[in-house]
Amino acid sequence: MVAPAERVRVSRLTLMLESEKLLATALLAPGVVILVLFIAYPFVMALWFSLTSIRVGVAGEFVGLANFAKAWNDTIFQTAFKNTVFYTFWATIFKLALGMWLALILNRHFRFKRLIRASMLLPFIIPTVLSAFAWRWMFDPTFSVMNWVLFHSGMITDRLPFLSDGDWAMWCAVLVNTWRGMPFFAITLLAGLQTISPDLHEAAALDGANAWHRFWHVTWPLLLPVTLVVVVFSVIQTFSDFQLIYVLTGGGPANSTHLIATYAYQVGVASGLLGEGAALSLFMFPVLFAVIWIQLRYMKRMEGA
Amino acid sequence: MKRRKFLKSVGAGVAATGLGGILAAHRAPVFAQANTVHILRWNDFVPAADKVLREVFAPEVQKALGIKLNVETVNANDIPARATAAIQSGSGPDIIMLLNNYPQLFAAGGVDVSDIAAEVGKAQGGIYSLPQSMCKVGNQWVAMPWATVPALIAYRKSWFDEIGVKEFPKTWAQYHEAGKKLKAAKRPIGQTLGHTFGDAPTFAYPMMWSYGGQEIDAKGKVVLDSKETVESVRFMNQFWKDAHDEGGLAWDDTNNNRAFLSGDICASLNGASIYVAALNGADKFKTEKGAALHTDILHAPLPAGPKGQFAYHTAFTHMVMKYSKNAKGAKEFLRWAHTPANYEKWVVVQKGFAVAPTTQWEKHKMWDVDPVMLPFKTASRAGRHMGYAGTPDKKAAEAWNKYIIVDMYAQAASGKMKPEESVKWAAGELGKIYT
Repeated sequence: MVAPAERVRVSRLTLMLESEKLLATALLAPGVVILVLFIAYPFVMALWFSLTSIRVGVAGEFVGLANFAKAWNDTIFQTAFKNTVFYTFWATIFKLALGMWLALILNRHFRFKRLIRASMLLPFIIPTVLSAFAWRWMFDPTFSVMNWVLFHSGMITDRLPFLSDGDWAMWCAVLVNTWRGMPFFAITLLAGLQTISPDLHEAAALDGANAWHRFWHVTWPLLLPVTLVVVVFSVIQTFSDFQLIYVLTGGGPANSTHLIATYAYQVGVASGLLGEGAALSLFMFPVLFAVIWIQLRYMKRMEGA
Repeated sequence: MKRRKFLKSVGAGVAATGLGGILAAHRAPVFAQANTVHILRWNDFVPAADKVLREVFAPEVQKALGIKLNVETVNANDIPARATAAIQSGSGPDIIMLLNNYPQLFAAGGVDVSDIAAEVGKAQGGIYSLPQSMCKVGNQWVAMPWATVPALIAYRKSWFDEIGVKEFPKTWAQYHEAGKKLKAAKRPIGQTLGHTFGDAPTFAYPMMWSYGGQEIDAKGKVVLDSKETVESVRFMNQFWKDAHDEGGLAWDDTNNNRAFLSGDICASLNGASIYVAALNGADKFKTEKGAALHTDILHAPLPAGPKGQFAYHTAFTHMVMKYSKNAKGAKEFLRWAHTPANYEKWVVVQKGFAVAPTTQWEKHKMWDVDPVMLPFKTASRAGRHMGYAGTPDKKAAEAWNKYIIVDMYAQAASGKMKPEESVKWAAGELGKIYT
């Protein structure tokens, strides 16, 4: 037999769960706590640091926008900013083009389809640090396996300067980023492709549309919302990339491949100038905010349509 | 056992171990902390030395002082980031090994070790001036010098002989001429101008000084943009194209070791790690004629420029961290480790790659073993510090950490900038630090 006090407690709990407001609060609370602890708090701290002269072990004092002004006039930062835009732009273009191409191929029926789809994710699954190390070995100035193959096949007579020439090193970084990020594009776009009814393609084919027309007038418009989301995610990740460059080139040669994140790390963490490092990294914020704002606006418009 | 009896016995156990007291004090028991010293160091280029720390020092210091030594090793380039994170979070290793003038940058995080420096210096013939300048802030020692890795050029004797250079070049111009011939024979000089802690600054700074260039004057005014500095960059530009493996722009401190040991380069500025590796792997590393490679390696100082011959040697120091709950134990360990009988066990396996910070060790019998290593014995006597003619303070450390002087040469060597532009750029960057 249930005691009266327990009956009251059970009914109170039931009442609480039946209240949408309370239930929503209870369900949202863990997420909000995590966001506050791991996103909002560090962000606010970074903002505060960027306004002070804090350096490792020394609290520093309020300096207003001095750190931002110093960063703005810093030629290495200017190079890093240009590099970041270049790196993000080209890596995203390549990832989108190759990812789309791969998704279209994988959307067809062929033997071992599942196995190939699964194996395609390997570059995405392998930790970036490990794969970047493997690429670094392949691009090694002295022992590059690619130079060895090209040299012994008679295609080159001198070693190619994969990481020792600034331009080459940047394109190598774009290549590795594309290799690593392409599967994410391919799998997500493939998921989008599978939601497109085959009837639409059949109808278009009956109307005389060739493969290109079917892609451009049927597939592309229907895939656009998914594509936009993937591109935005990719831009955010690529713009704030750190691991790949840190391992592959360390920002060299002569700062040719420094990104905002790697330079902010060098100044803020490795040199202990925490205020200046925070200011440098916050330069990423307005760019990424603009990207997200455009995406949200577009999605709102799509919902309206 | 009945439930009541069980609870009673558990309660008695808890009381005996003082768990209640520990919980009330909100900190771990003192006896557990006092016996452990966590030291963070680099992955030594002479792995046998790390083995000594783990397999000889750890059991012996446990026996002698009851200290449990926990040795952690990481890539040297990653140590500053670890130090920053540890100081800011107030937790981490009790002792952190720092390179060059990093003690100046992290001075706020270190405890005063002047007493150890005074004792060791007094007992062992004095500490060399270069590590002194790295570790002292004012009159206070914020870190204790542990060793210096002298930078000398390791070169292939027979290859230089073959082009008629019987004695290693004394000037940059002579080295340039020899390098030109050797590169033509597919045996270039190997040198990093990359973002790396050791070989890049130990080459770039002395190159600048030997032409009369310097970062600042004694008053702290930036004087880098001078005709002397431009001349040195101009020389390096041509020297690089004519005589070097141009892949060196992407090298770290390990690439030249591999390239030398595989017979791809004729010479490289280095600690003695190339020679020590060739010596330890005599069966593995051979010359093209089948002889053990180490028999064809000699060492020489960097050549002289128009304004003299200079060197910069990498200082390795230990900082006892202020946040450490066992700073006393950490200092006791350092004092114990610097005792000649203990230090000897570590320094002899280095075979001269790393040398002691005190002058007394120049007399050690280890120097009688191998004449090839003799140039390392007294190398620490000479050497200039970064930030000359000022002090190697935190501003000099910041300039180094941003690789401004290294990049000044790298940008010109890679063709990214003209020598004059590169010097102007570097002077501008220094100007932002020395405000």
